[in-house]
This record gives sequence, C-alpha cells and structure tokens, in this order.
Amino acid sequence: MADLEALTKAFSGIGVDENSLISILANSNHEHKKSLRKGCSKFFIEDDNGFERLHQSTVKNLKLEFKRFRDAVVLSLLHPWERDARLIEKALKQGPRHYSVIVEIACTRSSDELLGARKAYHSLFDHSIEEDLASRIKGSERKLLVALVSAYRYEGPKVDEDVAKSEAEILSSAIKSADKRKPIEDEDAIMILSTRSKPHLQAVYEHYSKICGKTITEDLEAEGILKDTVECLCTPATYFTRVLEAALSVDADEESKRALTRVIVTQKEFMVKEGNVLNKIQGILTGSYKDFVLGLVAGGKN
Amino acid sequence: MATIISPKQFSPVEDAENIKKACQGWGTDEKAIISILGHRNLFQKKLIRLAFEEIYHEDLLQQLKCELSGDFQRAISLWTLDPADRDALLAYEALQKTTPDCRAIVEIACTGSPEDLLAVKRAYKFRYKRSLEEDLASCTSGDIRKLLVAVTSAYRYDGDEFDETVAHSEASVLHKEIHEKAFNHEEMIRILSTRSKAQLNATFNLYKDIHGRSITKGLLGGPSDDYFSALRTVVRCIRDPKKYYAKVLRTAINMPGTDEDALSRVIITRAEKDLKEIKELYLKRNNVSLDAAVGRDSSGDYKAFLLALLGAE
Repeated sequence: MADLEALTKAFSGIGVDENSLISILANSNHEHKKSLRKGCSKFFIEDDNGFERLHQSTVKNLKLEFKRFRDAVVLSLLHPWERDARLIEKALKQGPRHYSVIVEIACTRSSDELLGARKAYHSLFDHSIEEDLASRIKGSERKLLVALVSAYRYEGPKVDEDVAKSEAEILSSAIKSADKRKPIEDEDAIMILSTRSKPHLQAVYEHYSKICGKTITEDLEAEGILKDTVECLCTPATYFTRVLEAALSVDADEESKRALTRVIVTQKEFMVKEGNVLNKIQGILTGSYKDFVLGLVAGGKN
Repeated sequence: MATIISPKQFSPVEDAENIKKACQGWGTDEKAIISILGHRNLFQKKLIRLAFEEIYHEDLLQQLKCELSGDFQRAISLWTLDPADRDALLAYEALQKTTPDCRAIVEIACTGSPEDLLAVKRAYKFRYKRSLEEDLASCTSGDIRKLLVAVTSAYRYDGDEFDETVAHSEASVLHKEIHEKAFNHEEMIRILSTRSKAQLNATFNLYKDIHGRSITKGLLGGPSDDYFSALRTVVRCIRDPKKYYAKVLRTAINMPGTDEDALSRVIITRAEKDLKEIKELYLKRNNVSLDAAVGRDSSGDYKAFLLALLGAE
C-alpha cells in the first residue's frame, strides 16, 4: 500500500524524511501500524514469540540516520578551530583506518587555520596534538602524521626551482626503494612533505612528473595515507571529489557517509563548484539533513 | 628580572633626534647612542624606531649599520630589533654557519613559551620567505635533524596540568635509553619534543627521585657528538634555563678569545627577561660578578654597551 512504500522510502537514502514519517505515523492507529510492520520485511521479521521484531541492523542504521542532521548542525555551529581539533581527536581515538581525516585537516587547512586547531586542542584536551599523536600512534604512519600536524608552512609564492628539482629526485628514489624501506617512513620524504610550502611542493610534483614519466599520485596509488597527503597538499579538489563520490556510492559504509557531512560543512566553497555531486545529493539525501546540506552549499556562494 | 635601566619619562622624538645628531658629521658619538638605546626597554625602543622613520624616512637600523662597526654594531642592531625578529635573525645566522649552531636553535626553541616560539617562526617566514623548519631540515641531517625539527615544530601545551602516570612511564623510558646508551631512540625525541614543560619537569623530577641522579647527570655519560650535546641542551633549557644561560656565559668568557657571539646573544636576549637571576647564578658559581668578567674580557664601545645592558647607569 502507499504508506508502506512511503515508509520504506523515508528510511532509505542518507538522512531521514521527517515530514513523511510525521504524516504516516503520527495519526496511525494500532491496526494500521501492525499492517505496516507485517508488510515491511525489509525492517521487520516475524519473531517466534508472536510479534514483528525490528531488525538489529535496522535499529543501528536508524540511529545513525537520525543522528546525521544533528551532527551536521553541531559541526557547522562550532568554531572551525574547535571543529578541526575535535575531528582530529575523534579520528585518533577511532584508530588507523581513520587517520586519513588527520591528513585531510593537516594538509588542506591554511597555516593559521591549522595553528588555530592546535590552540583549540590545547584548550579542549590539555595536551598538544603532536604529543597525543606521537604517544598513541604506534605504526609506520606516526612520523609523517606528527610532522604534518606540526607544520607551520610559509605561504608566499616564492619557489626555488633547483631545490624543487632535487627534492623531486629525493621523493622519486624514496618511492622506488619501497621494497627496502616504506616510503612513508623515509625521513627525507617526510621532511619535504611536512616543511615545504604548497607552491614549492607544486613545483616538486611537476619536476617529479618530468623525471618519472608518471605523476606522483599515480606512483603512490598503493600507499594510502601517503597518497592522501600528496593529494591534499596540492590538489585537494581531487581528494574531496573522491571522498564525496565514495560517500554517495551505492555501497558506501557509515564512515564514508560521515565524510559527507564533514566535507560539506568544512569545504563550502569547494561544494559550490561541484555541480555533478550536487545533483547526486538531490537524489540520495532526504529530509532535514538534505535541506540543511543544500542550504549550506547555497550559503557557500556568499 | 630585567637588568635594563630605563627612564619612566621619555620622548621618542627627542631620542630619535639625539641619535641622529650622534650619527652626523665624520665621527659617531657612540657614547650618546649607548646612553640612549642602552637604557630603553622594548616598548620605548619600538617608539624610537617609529619616530626615527617618521622624521627622517629612514630605518634606524640602517642608520646604525652605516655608522657603526664590529661587535658593537652587531650588538646594538640586535638589541634594537623586536625580540621575535631578533631570534629569527639569530636562528638564520645559526643555520648559515658551516656547522650549524645547534645550541642557538635549541635555546630559541626551548627556553621561551610556545607563543614566543610561534612569534619567532612568523618573523622568520616574513624575513626569509621560507619556514624555519624547512631551512632547518635542509641544513642538517640524521638524528640531529630529527631532534631540531621536532623541537622547533612543537606547539606545546602551555598549562600546568600534568599526568603522574605518564611521568612515571616516560621517566622509565628515558632512563632505559640513557642506561642502554641508545640515545638515538625515537622515543626520547618524541618525549622531549612533544610533551609540555610542566609534564617534562614532572618527569625529570620523578627521574631524579627514582634513580638518584638527575637526568642531566645521566646524559653526561654519553658521547660528545652534535646530536648528543643538542639533546643535553634541550633538557637543560627546559629544566632550568637560567642555570643553563649562566653556564653558556661562563664558557663564552673563559674561552681563549671570548666567544663574542654567545656573550652578546645571552646578554641581549635576556636583558629584559631574567638576566638579573642569571647574574646571581653566575656570581655564585664563579666568585666574580658578570659585570667584572665582561669588563675584563671585552673592550671599547662594545664593552660599554654590554655593561649598560647589565645595569650600569
């Protein structure tokens, strides 16, 4: 029946269609709800003890989807410094699979924005970001992540082409010796990526392509965090597009979907240009969450 | 406490005019310059520079560079700069030497507050169009590079909170590494370069309580290479900067042919901060006052200027 379809639809997609739910359920009597439950095998199964039980996975998903609007609102309300500090702290707590968030923040923010996040972290957690990362991360990414988060890069346009060329060679040999030593642990590569200015790194990448015939991102395809680092530093648009597409794809997991809120809230200007993604959002998002996201993007034009 | 003696009332315009007068003609009236600049504090110097620029459309520092020379010129120029700018210049010079002066870098990175270090890094970027960290990384290599870049990049938590459990475990880690003489270990650099000063001092104190010797004594047993001596400097600057500076002065003065660079650096950078206490520590240790030692070992206008900074009228 129509209500059954509407109910299923209200819970599909990213976010929850609150208005539909109100009109279907608020005035629904006992019999009506029973027939909804019986008809909706996607969310309910017949329990042996004679009642229609909600799927455990549905319980989990509903919680996440209802939370989405709330999280977007809170994230957009926070001061950017507090926001970034909290995102980093959370990513650190969640473990290695989430470290790309740390890379994202450390590499796509300006020097002063990153500094602000470090100050906010002091106030919120009574520690510095670098001390928490250094003491809690045990794997090979530790050196790189601590270095990236400690960066206070020069932001002017001045670039030394000779230095850029020799540093492209250093990176190339670090990547080529992957069988002897993981590139992510190469001291020289870490120094270059964590201390040089972004315009300088842009020049380094260009020299790299000339020397190696491939772009540095192509050569780092298998390197996860290191690839993210290189992308975020000079071609953040590519990185963010990739993250958004993963979030909106059919088999996106919760982590990927959460990235959607994070990217939209923190990268409003980027979102304005992303016509392709916006169309997808129209189709996939629903409810207050969708309205909020579209509102944020429209506001980003200001 | 500061040693500098400055007047409560002063006129930046009058001072600027008097300095200009002192620079006119064939010779330069160095005594006049010392009596003015040697007796002005941070804010007063700033105002004098501004007044000079406004009246004569010239940078006071440029004028001084033209008129004066040698150690005296260098000292007065350093003194006239803003502290953050001064430290940025000192850091740059330290890196330009054939063997980078790691001690100076560690002093700048570890004796001030996190905000002070930040100001130095900003000033460095403004002056040299590169970050201090990137220059440091390209001028050094190996373990010393790891240590110096780490302590310079740090933006330590500045509060008094510390964790007793962490202090215990990190004191053990440090002791183990010192005991096993594995000084190049990542953990030592991590602890010394990321922890807050409050946390580190708690760790150092616990180290002494548990092992009977202070960590500085423990580090004495290591090799005497650059990395190791920088490591000791880091610990000293965090534990007791005034004692550290008193020692630097002692070494600088006792060297055959005094280390003018180190002498100027300490006196100029500490005159408005804690030179008084450093003087007291110096006297206690060496049985001769710092003023007397400087008077004996340097000469001319340079000497007169240093003595003015030390508190001579």
